[in-house]
Amino acid sequence: MAERITLRTIWFDRRGRGYLLQLIVLLLVAVFFAVITSNTIANLQKAGLTSGFGFLGDQAFFDINQRLIDYTSQSSFGRALIVGLLNTVLVSSLGIITATLIGFFAGILRLSNNWLVSRLVTGYVEITRNVPLLLQIIFWWAILTSLPRVRESIPFLGSFLLNNRGLRAPSPNFESPFLWVFITLILCSIVTVAISIWSRRRQKLTGKTFPITLAGVFLLIIIPLFVYYGLGQPINWDIPERTRFNFRGGFNITPELLALWIALATYTGAFISEIVRAGVLSVSTGQSEAAFSLGLRKNHTMRLIVIPQALRVIIPPLTSQYLNLTKNSSLAIAIGYQDLVSIGGTILNQSGHALEVVAIWMVVYLSLSLATSAFMNWYNKRISLVER
Amino acid sequence: MKRFSIKIAAVALSLGVVACDETPKEKESKVAPTSSVASGGTLDDVKKRGVLQCGINTGLAGFAYTDDAGKWAGFDVAYCRALAAAVLGDPDKVKYVNLTGKNRFPALASGEIDVLSRNTTWTFSRDVKLGFTFIGVSYYDGQGFIGRKKLGVKSAKELDGASICIQTGTTTELNLADFFRVNKIKYEPVPIETNEEARKAYLAERCDVYTTDASGLAATKSTFSDADKHMVFPEIISKEPLGPLVRQGDDAWADIARWTLNALINAEEYGVTSANIDQMLKGTKNPEINRMLGTEGSLGEMLGLPKDWAVKALKAGGNYGEIFDRYLGEKTPLGLSRGLNALWKNGGILYAPPMR
Repeated sequence: MAERITLRTIWFDRRGRGYLLQLIVLLLVAVFFAVITSNTIANLQKAGLTSGFGFLGDQAFFDINQRLIDYTSQSSFGRALIVGLLNTVLVSSLGIITATLIGFFAGILRLSNNWLVSRLVTGYVEITRNVPLLLQIIFWWAILTSLPRVRESIPFLGSFLLNNRGLRAPSPNFESPFLWVFITLILCSIVTVAISIWSRRRQKLTGKTFPITLAGVFLLIIIPLFVYYGLGQPINWDIPERTRFNFRGGFNITPELLALWIALATYTGAFISEIVRAGVLSVSTGQSEAAFSLGLRKNHTMRLIVIPQALRVIIPPLTSQYLNLTKNSSLAIAIGYQDLVSIGGTILNQSGHALEVVAIWMVVYLSLSLATSAFMNWYNKRISLVER
Repeated sequence: MKRFSIKIAAVALSLGVVACDETPKEKESKVAPTSSVASGGTLDDVKKRGVLQCGINTGLAGFAYTDDAGKWAGFDVAYCRALAAAVLGDPDKVKYVNLTGKNRFPALASGEIDVLSRNTTWTFSRDVKLGFTFIGVSYYDGQGFIGRKKLGVKSAKELDGASICIQTGTTTELNLADFFRVNKIKYEPVPIETNEEARKAYLAERCDVYTTDASGLAATKSTFSDADKHMVFPEIISKEPLGPLVRQGDDAWADIARWTLNALINAEEYGVTSANIDQMLKGTKNPEINRMLGTEGSLGEMLGLPKDWAVKALKAGGNYGEIFDRYLGEKTPLGLSRGLNALWKNGGILYAPPMR
């Protein structure tokens, strides 16, 4: 059938009309962004402001107190931004790990039959969840900076020191024989993985279990420790030493990092605990009852029956909590923790390149969020129910 | 044109999104094609609005603070008042916008304020690259350090390993890095947004010393309850010429701002004070005074202001010397001596061009 395709025929075809409308919307969006971009560039040029990211190569001339990579005031703006990015990633990852632990722990405790325990956890959740995060960050910072002065530092666990300038810990210097400890550790991990695969296969075939936990402890802790002491303890601890103003040596966790970490972890932990509670409650009691009647013990029931099913409910909202935590870490600026936003702001102020810095902020946070959700989506798919 | 584009940058900054100027053509056509007058009209804007928008500190004793009546006062505020009086005839027609070291420049660039009078150091890159015009120096300052006497430190060079509080986005942050690099000593910078927060962190001994402009140190120290236990080190590690600034490109407005400051300085030199100004208005033998006060010549007209613009400005808070003595001088808690800020006749370097 040789029908001529005209605009009219497309319009009266349902699918054709759909495509046409989508095409128009797409064009409008493209035009919108093209106008914004060209207009901004034109205006910047008229203002004599050079746009572009060339300024990232200029010298920064300012110092940063927490650096995970080498940085001096002679380094470039670009490097300063990377230092800030790493500080953001550091506090976010610390926060995510701690918040998850707190959340799972609190979520399960809240379901406890013990009246006191469940009420205490309820109190924690309701208080942290309902007070603005910014206030909590400032609260923790105020507490940490009113700790004893440097002269009256609180020593604990041997060489750790706590004072109003943070937590100072000894830092390890690895000597060359430590390489052998490291190699042993890697070999033992490979063996552990191999044993666990073998034991799982054997259990499937014969039903016999193997004490995998015990073997793991032996392989991953006792053997490397044996090698470590056998080589004469090849770690040289850098113990903090008092100087006129501060301690020298070891490494220092600033009160800013600690305050931000604690606040982010407890705040997000409260939300996660509710997600965990909801997840556990979503598994019908019939499942546990069935497990019990099959003779599974209580901890096995939790680990093998309830948690795997609960995770399917927990993971998707957990992802958005992780994303929130990462974005909330930008509140660091309130207490002077030098994260991406804080350092970007300084660069913006010193160089005048507002648009570029804002663009970098957006791209970085977007990438961090997308990477987190990509990982969580992969994990979610992995644990999802395999339907037969 | 500059104003519009920087406005975009500033809006983008504040909203965190790329802003859009949807009708660039239309806006272009509103302004003259030559760039020097492109963003003109600040004077008209101020007159139309009937209020001067002046950017000041978030709080710094002596320079910008709220008095017992809850009104803003201080050395920097006095300049805002004088300028409002010169332009609008009333020193109270000012809207104060409190700004931190970081957000002061976007605020000026975006047009949120007409003039920035917030102890800001005149530097090459701010003048040239950020696109501002510094209209003069109202206070010659330098960066110093304050620390506890019990530390026993006599010089900033002995600060190896110390924690130092600094305000971010300031020249002091850069000077500090330079100073410690040149002297090859290490320190822990503790970055802080405002003077008030720095004060708190210093008093909590989060840092051993606090560094900012010497005038700011005197101001901060004056608020300590145990001020005698602290000392400002004698060392000054930088030049910090502080002064008001406006957006680049509106020369007419910059002239008004510049000559208001010059009038305050010249008035001190000529001996015109808020006490004797009415007397002087009846006519003096000094033609310079007469021209400044508008009883001779037409200086006000040249600026596009009424004849008595300088009279209004001087009546707002007196001449430079009176303002200095009231807010910063030796009889105030800050107790600053005139030093470099004395008139050139009296051994200082304060020198305003002639009014003719």
